Amino acid sequence: MNIDKRLIRKNSLEKLFDILKQNSKTIYAPFSKNGKTTFRNAESFAGISTGYIQTTESSKDIAFPRTEKILDYSKNKEGMSVKGIDLKDIPEVILWGVRPCDAIGIGELSSIFNWDYKDEIYNNRLSKVTVFGFSCNKADEYCFCTSVGGNPGNTAGSDILFTRLGEDGDYLAEILTEKGQSIVNQASALFEKSDSTEKEKYLAEVPVRFNHEEITTKLDKFFESEEWIEQSLRCLGCGACAYVCPTCACFDIQDEAHGKKGSRLRCWDSCGFSHFTIHTSGHNPREVQSSRWRQRIMHKFSYMPERLSVYGCTGCGRCSRACPVDMNILEHLISIQEVTI
Amino acid sequence: MVDLIKRAKELIESAAVKVVIGYEQGTGNKTRAIFVEKAEDADKLIFDSRCIQNLAAYITKKEVKEKGKMAVAATLPVMRSIIQLASEFQVNDDNLLVLGITPESKLIEFANLVEVETFVHQYQIEIDERNKEMLAKLEKMTSAERWKFWIDELSPCFKCYACRAACPMCYCHRCTVDFNQPQWIPVPSHELGNLEWHLMRAIHLTGRCIDCDACYNACPLSIPINLLTKKMLMDAKEHFGGYQPALKGDHLMSTFKADDKENFIQ
Amino acid sequence: MAEFEPKIVAFVCNWCTYAGADLTGTSRIKYASNVRIIRFPCTGRIDYMLLLKAFDEGADGIIVSGCHPNDCHYTSGNFHARRRWIMFRSLCDFTGIDTERIKFSWVSAAEGAKWADIVNATVASIRELGPYTEYKKVAKYPEKEVSHG
Repeated sequence: MNIDKRLIRKNSLEKLFDILKQNSKTIYAPFSKNGKTTFRNAESFAGISTGYIQTTESSKDIAFPRTEKILDYSKNKEGMSVKGIDLKDIPEVILWGVRPCDAIGIGELSSIFNWDYKDEIYNNRLSKVTVFGFSCNKADEYCFCTSVGGNPGNTAGSDILFTRLGEDGDYLAEILTEKGQSIVNQASALFEKSDSTEKEKYLAEVPVRFNHEEITTKLDKFFESEEWIEQSLRCLGCGACAYVCPTCACFDIQDEAHGKKGSRLRCWDSCGFSHFTIHTSGHNPREVQSSRWRQRIMHKFSYMPERLSVYGCTGCGRCSRACPVDMNILEHLISIQEVTI
Repeated sequence: MVDLIKRAKELIESAAVKVVIGYEQGTGNKTRAIFVEKAEDADKLIFDSRCIQNLAAYITKKEVKEKGKMAVAATLPVMRSIIQLASEFQVNDDNLLVLGITPESKLIEFANLVEVETFVHQYQIEIDERNKEMLAKLEKMTSAERWKFWIDELSPCFKCYACRAACPMCYCHRCTVDFNQPQWIPVPSHELGNLEWHLMRAIHLTGRCIDCDACYNACPLSIPINLLTKKMLMDAKEHFGGYQPALKGDHLMSTFKADDKENFIQ
Repeated sequence: MAEFEPKIVAFVCNWCTYAGADLTGTSRIKYASNVRIIRFPCTGRIDYMLLLKAFDEGADGIIVSGCHPNDCHYTSGNFHARRRWIMFRSLCDFTGIDTERIKFSWVSAAEGAKWADIVNATVASIRELGPYTEYKKVAKYPEKEVSHG
């Protein structure tokens, strides 16, 4: 299948940004604060972080915000009136600067939001996102996309994938979808035709560290293993790994009321929290951290592949970098692979 | 740290303790906690300037405590936390042995918590220069400027509670933010939820925080929330002469003086 | 345009300030009606979160009042409260919460006139400060759709 390849001169990237801004596009790009990068609304090209191996937070916020309103309610003489949010109000957004591991994560996250109940709000938000992926020229020891079926130049999930051809080079742009094409139409002068075959040369080296199919098979018999306890002793049960992960989808529903009016909000939650599974009766089926850690790994590497036919991990390595106590998921997976049952 | 390894092996082999909590080499250039239960694993114990995680966060953790008597490699901040926890009845001489590491990185063994306390009381809790400057800078701002600073500074916070999880003094089985009848502190990450969470965390730590920076070090977004707890430390000194963790005696906020001074009550 | 009428929430102790406010009424002393009084057994019962909740729900100002030191019905509740207010007020000021909008006072059961003065002075000063829009802006979160941080 022939992919439409274009060349963007290195100085044209800013011009592209400006043209899109002139056309009233909302652009979310990575910004650095206190040395950590997160995706924010970008008013200008200056200040957008570059040169990062991976952003601290994933870009899932764009379709699955950390907090979003899902309905308003109010009580009056006649009873209760409920008003859902107007999906038409959800804006179109360009997601700028997403790595291939994040782009592929969008598909994985979507499968969770569509497996039994089609999440209208999530789907609507996602349908309005145009993804500008940027291939990885560098990787670090936390990256393992190639072990979970990905690679640093993967086109899956992006509408346009940019690959920088050299340290100070121009960009190869692969136009992958209709959304991508409509971007090209807005700035066609900047997208020169190209038949470059140079892409592979500039991609990062990410050695394969484990066999994910083997791990999935092994996990079937691994539920009762003592290994979970060993691995999770130092885990503090915070939500850092779940929140930075591009495919973690657990959420909480909170009603925030002011007298007779209120709103229902959806916000992020983490299966690592000690009270995540607590019942009203007080019983907690996952009472110890080892069962919560087991849940995390099983969900991503066993339940999701089994039930949704997608992996629950893209190998971005964020969880390992963000974890305050070095729960390095790559290290844990390799040790699972090595343990004899 | 050869002495530490040797001592850990002795303690495990003689069954004096069931687990030794210390530091080991992590991935990349990180260090992390290790729970040594077999003598041969003691060889993994290390100690260097990277070892700043407050290990006292583990001594109240059910999964660790139920192993039996614990020994913990404790730097000065960890020792302070241990004394504070002991004063709050969370640990005692029966379930904890402290393997002290002095500020000069020497191993020092304590027979009991009273000896740890004596050692700890030789040192004052001092806020470091860089943060002192930041606090002074904030003091000079107007109230409106401070509001803007904090709303902006707290905006990346996504309520992961890594700060709470890493703090040894946050051991409540059910945290105040986990209560929902009524919901005191909003759960979601938005301006109000972030502000009220960090305010309440700081006020609940008043008089108990020993300035170890575990909260700041744990934060995946490097938000300087330790400025709030340091401010409380500074105020405690200004208004009440400061505090030290102590096995006996009153805590800063659980007591009062008949002549506590203020200038705002009409 | 109607003049802004501040909404003031008062957290008072039952034995002194509440009784004092009662006396203000029976003495037929007129005072501003902007205050909503919440009765506690003692100022020692007042939790930090309650003050923040008052602002959450739209209060423009807060009064916290109890027995004079040494006169607490429960002996030392107000001493504990005083220490808490010292630290909490400082923390609020540090984060930019307008502490001019939180008034603390000791009003005894005999000080009906003082209660009227405290309320009138508070209402006047809050009226001048205006509505507490900064806090209302962050508390009225439900009006905003989405938070991306």
